Amino acid sequence: MAFELSGKTYETDEEGYLADLSEWNREVADYMATEDDCDLSDNHWEVINFLREYYEEYQIAPAVRVLTKAIGKKLGKDKGNSKYLYELFPYGPAKQACKYAGLPKPTGCV
Amino acid sequence: MLKIEFETPPLGELLTTPALQRDAMAHSRPFVAKPEHQQGLGFPGKLVDDWQDVALAKMDELLGKYRSLPVFLDACVKCGACTDKCHYYLGTGDPKNMPVARQDLLRKVYRRYFTLAGKWFPRLVGAVELSEDLINDWYSYYHQCSECRRCSVYCPFGIDTAEITMAGREILAAIGMGQKYSNEIIGKVHIIGNNLGLPEPALANTLEGLEEEVEEDISVPVKFPLDQHGAEVLLVTPSADFFAEPHVDGLIGYAKVFHQAGISWTLSSYASEAANFGIFIGNYENMQKVAQRIRQAAIDLGVKRIVVGECGHAWRVAYSFWNTLIGPFDFLDPAYPVPQHICEFTYDLLQRGALKLDAKANDDKVVTFHDSCNVSRGSRLGSVPGGQFTIPRELIRFACSHFVDMAPDTIHEHTFCCGGGGGLLTDDLIELRVKGALPRAQALQQVIEQHGVTHMAAICAICKSQFSKVLPYYGMEMDMIISVHQLIGDALVFDSQH
Repeated sequence: MAFELSGKTYETDEEGYLADLSEWNREVADYMATEDDCDLSDNHWEVINFLREYYEEYQIAPAVRVLTKAIGKKLGKDKGNSKYLYELFPYGPAKQACKYAGLPKPTGCV
Repeated sequence: MLKIEFETPPLGELLTTPALQRDAMAHSRPFVAKPEHQQGLGFPGKLVDDWQDVALAKMDELLGKYRSLPVFLDACVKCGACTDKCHYYLGTGDPKNMPVARQDLLRKVYRRYFTLAGKWFPRLVGAVELSEDLINDWYSYYHQCSECRRCSVYCPFGIDTAEITMAGREILAAIGMGQKYSNEIIGKVHIIGNNLGLPEPALANTLEGLEEEVEEDISVPVKFPLDQHGAEVLLVTPSADFFAEPHVDGLIGYAKVFHQAGISWTLSSYASEAANFGIFIGNYENMQKVAQRIRQAAIDLGVKRIVVGECGHAWRVAYSFWNTLIGPFDFLDPAYPVPQHICEFTYDLLQRGALKLDAKANDDKVVTFHDSCNVSRGSRLGSVPGGQFTIPRELIRFACSHFVDMAPDTIHEHTFCCGGGGGLLTDDLIELRVKGALPRAQALQQVIEQHGVTHMAAICAICKSQFSKVLPYYGMEMDMIISVHQLIGDALVFDSQH
């Protein structure tokens, strides 16, 4: 599968996750979100940026508690929980936010 | 996100047999494994040209290798006892999801090529040639069985559809049609050591974070040791326990138990996974290779005991197969059972008065228990028959004042699969997962209405992820599902005495 954006073709897997992480840019994230009827706010971007930073260091998306803790520090303690993350990413923060961040889909019993 | 349109079935009355809907789920098929997922497991990358010959040769091999397979294929008398016992049939009404029909997909080919009657009079005995259409049916319907074995409880001959599904999947993988979800995961275990592909630095970072979190929360320095040589216990647990909710609260519960009991323990970055999807795809060699990491880690770390965390099929593999897969365990302390389940471990401590729980901590909850299929029907806990049913319930009763069971034909050995077991916990099968969860959702709804149940506890990572995802389709909260060891951890009283 693939999609086209500003004259460039982006390869994806069957579920629309970017095949090549290095091709990611903000426009790609916005495009993917729009496809899901989701407008990316600054708070969405905090999550996406953190995922990308973490992935760069560890080659894997952060565990849920690593993510909630980091977001709590950035956006305030009341937002450092998965309930808030589900409000931002109703399909599940791990899967939906990873997709917009250009990361592969988490696998396993999750 | 992946958009799959379907209707969630109405909850209706508990265990109503649905009207037949022919081919209602014929469209349901998971993504096929990519060449790289196949080859890493020793399977051909894509559909081989002579797939028919390869499939029949593989079937021949399996019939010789597993004595149970020809017995199961020969024994069925079409009595119909299994027809309304599968959660996927109850949730979809598709007659091919009746266990006997699922078996027949393989049985009719077996008869055609491996029985005298089928070779000479195929029409008289329902024997058919292995065609492309049939292979597609196999791919679809052998991925609509979670290998939960509920049907086998009701079969007067004890025919185990799970083993037939495993054979079907193994043949499919052998001709180049493996399933992406399971095979990609097994490949990650072979390379990195767990289903998630969580490398050691990320695991270490995650565990450090949990130590900080728990200390902030309860002011007790509970540790989450990794690769600690000479620890008494090696804990192997599903990697979802590191990564996801509600699983992680179960992991925190285990750590609190180890801490308070004063028993040294460690996780392993080499064997950072208890789950073993090798069993799901029916492939012995991959199952063995995955399990072997655990043996190796136990030897390398010099532990005396191996304890298995809350994971249904991991426990089945450990309890029923480890001995012949990766045994003998003569390097472990013979004073303890090999393997030992975390529930047995905690139960034993509670029995000996080594832990104190205060059930008031969970007074805000009315809890029920979902028996996981692989623990209920594929293994046992403790030293007495039925321990797999009594021990988790005893643990919950130690930790909570309010416990109720769901309807009798939905618990213990009659339990229903969560709908996501057996390698089906993947978004491409979400329709099947939601529909297959119907019987459990019905039974849960009943105890919510009758007893005000607020939480359902489980001891399986797949069950926990599956229910978090599908309960909202039935109007229930995703956080109703919790780990048994979350209840234990929250109720545990910390004092200076170990």
